[in-house]
Amino acid sequence: MTAGTPALPRASALRPPAAERWRELRIVSRGDRVYRVALTFLALLLPLLLFFIVGELVAGAWPALKRFGFGFLTSSTWDPVAGQFGALPLIFGTLYSSLVAMVIAVPLALGAAIFLTEFAPRWMRTPVGTLIELLAGVPSVIYGLWGMFVLIPLLRDVLWPVLRPALSWLPFFEGAFYGPSVLAGGTILAIMCLPYITAVSREVLAAVPASQREAALGLGATRWEAVWTVILPYGRTGIFGAIILGLGRALGETMAVTMLIGNRHELSLSLVQPGYTIAAAVANEFAEAASSLHLSALVLAGLVLFLITVAVNACARWLIWRVARGSAVGSAAI
Amino acid sequence: MRSLNRLALAAAFAAAGAAPLAAQSEIRLTGAGATFPYPIYSKWVLEYTKSRPQIEINYASIGSGGGIRQFTDRTVEFGATDGPMNDSQITAVRGNVLHIPTVLGAVVPIYVVPGVTQQLNFTPEVLAGIFLGQITNWNDSRIAAANPGVSLPNRDILVVHRSDGSGTTYIWTDYLSKVSPDWQRRVGKGTAVNWPVGLGGQGNPGVASTVQRTPGSIGYVELVYALQNRIAFGKVRNRSGAFVEASLASTTAAAASATFEPDTDFRVSITDAPGADAYPVASFTWLLIAKRMSNAGNARALLEWIWWAVHDGQRFTTPLGYAPLPRPVVQLIEARLKTVTVGSRPVLAADYTGRSR
Repeated sequence: MTAGTPALPRASALRPPAAERWRELRIVSRGDRVYRVALTFLALLLPLLLFFIVGELVAGAWPALKRFGFGFLTSSTWDPVAGQFGALPLIFGTLYSSLVAMVIAVPLALGAAIFLTEFAPRWMRTPVGTLIELLAGVPSVIYGLWGMFVLIPLLRDVLWPVLRPALSWLPFFEGAFYGPSVLAGGTILAIMCLPYITAVSREVLAAVPASQREAALGLGATRWEAVWTVILPYGRTGIFGAIILGLGRALGETMAVTMLIGNRHELSLSLVQPGYTIAAAVANEFAEAASSLHLSALVLAGLVLFLITVAVNACARWLIWRVARGSAVGSAAI
Repeated sequence: MRSLNRLALAAAFAAAGAAPLAAQSEIRLTGAGATFPYPIYSKWVLEYTKSRPQIEINYASIGSGGGIRQFTDRTVEFGATDGPMNDSQITAVRGNVLHIPTVLGAVVPIYVVPGVTQQLNFTPEVLAGIFLGQITNWNDSRIAAANPGVSLPNRDILVVHRSDGSGTTYIWTDYLSKVSPDWQRRVGKGTAVNWPVGLGGQGNPGVASTVQRTPGSIGYVELVYALQNRIAFGKVRNRSGAFVEASLASTTAAAASATFEPDTDFRVSITDAPGADAYPVASFTWLLIAKRMSNAGNARALLEWIWWAVHDGQRFTTPLGYAPLPRPVVQLIEARLKTVTVGSRPVLAADYTGRSR
């Protein structure tokens, strides 16, 4: 290449052999092609599965959909004997209990994450973080039992007598409190979401570049101001994703909720009254649903839950896209 | 047609997760349905197949609704249910079904009333009133009238019912429908109903734990569950006016005092039975089998097993907390089992007594 005048003509003649070699390579690597096809198949399998699930749900829900139509979403009567099904209390209960869970879980989880990444002594970070993540490994039926035997008596016999005089004028705390309620269900959901939100937020905060922190401190911010004005805004997309992850868990949770929420088809803003969620109703009534319309109504309720989850996720993505536009630390977490 | 049936049968086996059809001497029967009789059915399977290794019986306790569905789809040889099939469900199998009672269950009211240690008496009107939300305080005069000498507190009543669909709920609401026209009109009977008041607990344990932890509450659980867990329950006034405590004996008495047509299909409710010592909230639980079966070997094995269960098998009922069938009902079942046919020929001979083997 250096001084080879004879090399020049040969260089121009290189073209056909190179192409040939490339073709040769492609022919030789038949294994690659099999590999590629296999991977494509596997990658398509999951979306395909989703389509099958949706198809099955729609097919199963069709009789109820035809019978009740849009009224299914707006009626509050759920009467298996008369064959009247309306899912409004279920839809409301699902969203309401998840909202309660988020109101409790988000400050706790964010606080824990901020403490663990910014303030905790180094020796504390891993053990405490691991313990919080261990909460995710507890089976939901155990949460349900714990809620029945510990949380409900605690809320009803210790907390409620203290809070009642102060709060009972609010519509959220109206009526007699027997224990199983939206409050109990929402609290257990909050505990179940905590590890997810904490773990992901912690990763997000840890990924904020040290330069950001240093710059804030260098400008004279206290550590608290650095967290509040620089680090949290920098990681907001990822934190938002963490919350959505937790919300997804709360919307679909079944066992622990049904053991604590009271399972009543009723619309009530009061947190101390029983409520119901879609997932709990489907799990409760599916096995013994004798009429095909009842069964179909349950499947339709499942379809509604699916659509709610999709809508929540879509909203979240849109919000993230609007908020972020570039400044995304940890947006990969979503 | 026959080969089609056999195909369907093979599919049923495959669906049950069983191995491919084995040698002819081997017989596999699959059933599915109610959870309430699951302990006794698995006991019967265990005891019966111990001495008959060529027979295998699988029972999946998936709930009565599931049992009826699978039986209707013919994916199982027999179904099991706590509530009888209704007319439209029977039409769906073109009438090709027999209800065979196997054991009896009862449902009892449980309650926690602060300051009351005596066993409470409940009249049908009081039970219906409480569950309709018309009687809302324990010091209601209608409760007091049935419980002379008991000082009832001024306390709100909290109703606890089952949140999951259940045979227990079926029996309870069937009883309330019979004794209260108001209940019949407003709520009706079923494995799940539109409850006028109260909150739902999951399963017997869910109802029991909510009642026991909530002063002033009342709920209902299976007698078996109350007995095994030593939960106190109330007496209920029966149709002849006596307050009866639920027990295996008073449950069997309910079935004994019920009247059956000679050709009954046993789709009868025995709640609110007339006998003087009959407990009024009692019911059969049923096996569902086809009237006209297709495979002679399977049909014979299934019928012989059921025959054994309603005769020798009944001795396992009491230790497990189920009330045994009364003698006259067993005789009716015998006659009923002999009507099952394969290709229009009866499977069991007219003089079959279960002793031939």
